[in-house]
Amino acid sequence: MSTREFMLGNVAIARGIIEGGGQVIAGYPGTPSSEIIDTLAAMEKRDFYVEWSVNEKVAFEVAAGAAIAGARSVVTMKHVGLNVASDPLMTLSYTGVKGAMIIISADDPSCHSSQNEQDTRKYAQFALMPCFDPSTPQEAKDMVPDAFRLSNKFQTAVIFRPTTRISHGKSDVELGKVSYDKPQIKFEKIPERWIMMPKNARVRHPYVLKIFEDIRKELETSLWNELEIREGSKIAVISSGVASVYAKEAMGILGLDASFLKICTYPVPENKVISTLKHADTVLVIEELEPVVEDDVRIMAQKQGLGTKILGKSEGLVPRHGELNVDICMEAISKAFGLDTVPPVIPKVDLELPTRPPVLCPGCSHRAAFYVMKKVFGKDGIYPSDIGCYTLGVQSGAVDTTLCMGASITVSSGIYHAGEEHPICCTIGDSTFFHTGMNGLLNAVYNKADITVAIMDNRITAMTGHQPNPGMGGTAVGESTVAVSISDICRALGAEFVEETDPYDLTSTEDVFRRARDHKGTSVVIAKQPCVIDLRRSGAIKSSFSVDEEKCTGCKACVKFGCPATEFDTELKRARINNMCTGCGVCIQICKFGAILEVKR
Amino acid sequence: MHPDMQIWGNIGGEEMSSAGIPHFDLVIAGVGGQGTILASDIIGKAAVMEGLPVMAAETHGMAQRGGSVVNHLRIGCEFGSLIPLKSADALMALEPSEALRHLEYLSDDSIVIVNTEPVLPVTVTSGISSYPDIEEIIDYLEQRFNVKAFNAVQLAKKAGHVQAMNTVMIGAISKFLPISENVLKECVKASVPKRTVDINIKAFELGSLQC
Repeated sequence: MSTREFMLGNVAIARGIIEGGGQVIAGYPGTPSSEIIDTLAAMEKRDFYVEWSVNEKVAFEVAAGAAIAGARSVVTMKHVGLNVASDPLMTLSYTGVKGAMIIISADDPSCHSSQNEQDTRKYAQFALMPCFDPSTPQEAKDMVPDAFRLSNKFQTAVIFRPTTRISHGKSDVELGKVSYDKPQIKFEKIPERWIMMPKNARVRHPYVLKIFEDIRKELETSLWNELEIREGSKIAVISSGVASVYAKEAMGILGLDASFLKICTYPVPENKVISTLKHADTVLVIEELEPVVEDDVRIMAQKQGLGTKILGKSEGLVPRHGELNVDICMEAISKAFGLDTVPPVIPKVDLELPTRPPVLCPGCSHRAAFYVMKKVFGKDGIYPSDIGCYTLGVQSGAVDTTLCMGASITVSSGIYHAGEEHPICCTIGDSTFFHTGMNGLLNAVYNKADITVAIMDNRITAMTGHQPNPGMGGTAVGESTVAVSISDICRALGAEFVEETDPYDLTSTEDVFRRARDHKGTSVVIAKQPCVIDLRRSGAIKSSFSVDEEKCTGCKACVKFGCPATEFDTELKRARINNMCTGCGVCIQICKFGAILEVKR
Repeated sequence: MHPDMQIWGNIGGEEMSSAGIPHFDLVIAGVGGQGTILASDIIGKAAVMEGLPVMAAETHGMAQRGGSVVNHLRIGCEFGSLIPLKSADALMALEPSEALRHLEYLSDDSIVIVNTEPVLPVTVTSGISSYPDIEEIIDYLEQRFNVKAFNAVQLAKKAGHVQAMNTVMIGAISKFLPISENVLKECVKASVPKRTVDINIKAFELGSLQC
């Protein structure tokens, strides 16, 4: 049997965790990082502990605790998750760990599925931690055991930064051996390490600065960085992470004879950079997002008194935003080294194409909840929202702000306290409420924000690929656990108006929203209906609907609702229901003419 | 020689892949929910079974909710997963209008396999925009590329289920891939639900007859 498999990058990273003997793995879902824990949690036999935590800070601290107790631990999240976890990050830097800990923070250049495109390597610099930046799924897998080793050797956590093209790239991956030797777990009481009060912190900071230099020296010889010197050439390209494979391909296509330094670990290997600089008159640095390598290369050149011309983002040759590709690299290389090349001419398609934005699924209950909200709070109502599927409610005109996880309730409070007089109704999902919405609700109630909070409880963490959350009664590995009641939490946080409603029932949902709007103080409406994808998978969809062409007047009320299952036949001037219908029955309530009928399957 | 060498001015460089390894860059376009990821997974697995290196880029996350989806699949590739402009050997479009969104990746002599059955976006069903005439789309493609256009949904129905449409498309592209038909079929069998194996094999064969 071959040990080469076609694998998703995140599955390869999960495999790397197993090969490296990971013992405790915690995380919060976020594209493009989610499949790492999905893969580990779905395994039938496990000799490690894995959990979906309620947010990234919590996940980080669970992994930190495990590593302090001597385990090899991993925490996974998307790049913005590290903002949430940045509090423990910055002080774990001082305490360090006893076992080993890898902080996986997956970056998303070009914002394929994110609200920003920050660069995790900056956090590594800030927190004085080494960072691994893989260039292929294979490398991502192979780096994980090495990251555990480095972490244990220097007793510090290590940052691991895949990007979307690694995490959601696929390639043939050669599997390695699984490590079954696991360190003994024993919490040792070392107050000067684990208690970061001022007296200890003042000692640890200079110690960490010293260790960081030792790590730099160790990584000078790391196999993840490769230097190819071309003796005859006076030009060089330095490139990092996934950008290095684009740069390499671009150099091949252009037939560029240049030295090449590939960097996949940080702090940047100084000796290799200096060798490169000494062999070249001109060096181009190609990396995605922030000029981390580029700035270091300039500092190193200055320290060494080298006059090599260094080109990159500050000359505008390499963009500081968006993901790179081979064509961007070819253009940068051509400009940097004065190559006489012509970029390909791309003919414009002269047929007009309709846009195809992502939308809420046919039959999604969020659409019904937005519909009622809009009716009750009106076109002047203010609708702050949050991060999840319901962000797609922007198409229903019921999403006015999206800042970060949990910010719907807090932003609403701020808008209210600023003196805005129009009614405010914000939306937040069940998982996002558990994540950081709870604090916001507590604050809103405590400080008397007169707002309505709609918790869109679809009984799952849907957008990231259907992970369980504390409301569902099941853990990551499918064990049953307490199903935490959202309404009980809201009442415990002090909310006086807390009501559940089924958003598929428009009349009663409207009644609940009206009373919530009129309630003085913070009111909570929990719109509860399982995600329609889960319903479909479980085979629970039994009926669908069709339009009676005689009764339909072509008023488009149902079409304007925006469900992909409802179409308008422009020839017949009648509405039509297609085979995507899930039988939610909401359009039947919208039609004033009784023209929509149920069809049993 | 890589086609881009001509476009970018051949400065006399290296060959793109190691000697003897066939190179095939494929763009797979479609709509979230049509099975583009499964299609690229099946072809990728088959390439690995043939001992070829493969790199693929997939659309996950937000765009899967009925939005435009594109996968790049690079057989015989040891670099990154993103295909450079004007260099793909083929486009497999599971939806006709989606075929037009990615033409910048295709080389001038590229093969285009396109399913002619549209999936109307909400912007069209709700009457905001209009959908281009299918024949115009196919004409446009035929003027520029080597096109095989057919209704893969009808063929999937004939095979036994509409959801086997992506397998019909794999059958069609199989004629051009540097992978044996048997290996592809084995990967189809291993990747689809057990009870649908026969339907999918039939779908594969119906697709393969189109090319």
